[in-house]
Amino acid sequence: MKRILGLLIILALLGGAAFWFLTAPQRADPDLFAGVSGDAERGETIFWAGGCASCHAAPGAKGDDRLVLAGGYRIVSPFGTFVTPNISPSGEGMAGWSVEDLGNALLHGTSPDGRHYYPSFPYGTYQHIEPQDIADLKAFLDTLPPSDTADAPHEVGFPFTIRRGVGLWKRVNMTSDWVLQEATTPELERGRYLVEALGHCAECHTPRDMTGGLDRSQWMAGAPNPSGKGRIPAITPDKLDWSATDIAYYLETGLTPDYDSAGGQMVSVIANMGHLTKEDRTAIAAYLKALPQDG
Amino acid sequence: MKFTLPVIGGLLVAGVLATTATSQDEIDPALATAIEARKAHMRLNAFNLGLLGAMAKGEIEYDAEAAAAAAQNLDALSRMDESRYWQPGTDMETLGKDHTEALEAIWAENSEIGDRAETLTETTAAMTEAAGDGLESLQQAMGPLAKACGGCHEDFRVADDN
Ligand code: HEC
Ligand code: HEC
Ligand code: HEC
Repeated sequence: MKRILGLLIILALLGGAAFWFLTAPQRADPDLFAGVSGDAERGETIFWAGGCASCHAAPGAKGDDRLVLAGGYRIVSPFGTFVTPNISPSGEGMAGWSVEDLGNALLHGTSPDGRHYYPSFPYGTYQHIEPQDIADLKAFLDTLPPSDTADAPHEVGFPFTIRRGVGLWKRVNMTSDWVLQEATTPELERGRYLVEALGHCAECHTPRDMTGGLDRSQWMAGAPNPSGKGRIPAITPDKLDWSATDIAYYLETGLTPDYDSAGGQMVSVIANMGHLTKEDRTAIAAYLKALPQDG
Repeated sequence: MKFTLPVIGGLLVAGVLATTATSQDEIDPALATAIEARKAHMRLNAFNLGLLGAMAKGEIEYDAEAAAAAAQNLDALSRMDESRYWQPGTDMETLGKDHTEALEAIWAENSEIGDRAETLTETTAAMTEAAGDGLESLQQAMGPLAKACGGCHEDFRVADDN
């Protein structure tokens, strides 16, 4: 009896060590950003393509108010409600952050003090962003108006309150592979970067598995709305029969091919897409048209 | 186990009540006609905007005269007296989503619906200037006009994912 107990204790310790090892937050290689300097103007494109304002502007903000990244937007999920933090250049936000700090957050979901962020911050997408683009984005974020709104706590229950556990989630769900493996033209390559590295379109349009990770075999095949009401439509070429021109124009103006306007959460995505160049919107449309058809 | 039957019975009753509240059952025909009329008005908006959009996208060739006519239609539509379409009590919260997507907020005190209607008129007026004046100026006027449509829908029409 004693021996079995002892064995169990050793196993538990080993398990704990393995958990500790498997869940350790990762950081970017500091050399990645050595000698990289940011250009705020280029960073603005990354900002809009990345949709930062959709989650970090105050809820309901419109026009220039979307540049005040005070946070407070609530993301409802089966794991609880996450409230986005202030990321404006202020003491309550990102004042004092280095490019490397932002790099760790976007590429690895790791905070400056070495904790895991929750994946409701879509770093599963942002892990593909190029170091130069992160430096540019940082330079742009530094130009934005400060806000002194304090962060509100997330409303999540045990065991999701244990951030360390997010390390396991990352192990299972973070993959550096592209979904569209063959980007045969520069336009498709750009579209893939805009969608898979920045646009986090999949966060809404792709269904999730049990762990809350994206089911990459059903990429953009439509999904239940995480807040529980309605469905987010499929945008694969077999399900969405819009022309590439229709898609690009929708992303620019919000007008559907029958000239009704986009609704729901897509409105804020379109407000971001309106800041991109026409070429970029066309590249996104070309990317969607090139996606594998869902059987 | 004793609770099972009453609970199921209760759920059934609740289900029946819930379906009657939202299904295609009869509402006051006068209200139904008003709702139909405003939807028809909206579809005329979309129909005329559609011609301008098709030109802006390059799906059909730019035609200054046709574009100007569609813009004038939109402008005339936006200046019509719509008060009889928007009767109090014809909101989604009261009648259910099968009848209308118009939100109660339209009729709330201090509702900004009037400002939205005015914004639409400003943008349709700009379009009447722009539409006949070359493809590029038409394309530029589309953005604000589309935003005037979408902005009102965002606040005053129920979202599909909500
Ligand atoms: C889908 C919503 C969403 C989008 C889009 C998003 N974020 Fe976030 N972000 C979050 C959430 C939620 C958190 C909080 C995560 C946590 O507490 O673990 C967060 C946290 C952060 C943090 C950490 C702040 C801190 O105080 O530690 C930074 C920095 C950040 N986001 C930057 C960005 C940037 C830059 C973009 C655009 C490229 C962006 N976010 C886009 C949801 C989002
Ligand atoms: C925050 C969630 C969210 C994100 C992120 C998102 N979408 Fe959407 N998308 C929606 C919703 C909701 C709709 C349905 C809109 C409606 O009901 O009018 C939609 C509709 C669409 C449609 C029209 C489909 C149809 O059948 O009406 C396209 C195309 C589209 N999205 C493309 C994109 C692209 C490209 C991206 C990334 C740049 C993206 N979406 C990011 C939520 C999202
Ligand atoms: C002042 C507010 C407002 C403006 C501006 C507006 N709409 Fe609407 N629209 C609504 C409302 C409210 C509904 C929902 C009506 C209902 O279901 O009873 C609607 C519904 C619609 C519909 C769906 C109609 C149906 O059959 O269900 C279309 C299409 C539409 N609008 C197109 C447009 C276009 C195009 C424009 C711009 C030229 C526009 N709307 C401008 C408020 C507005």
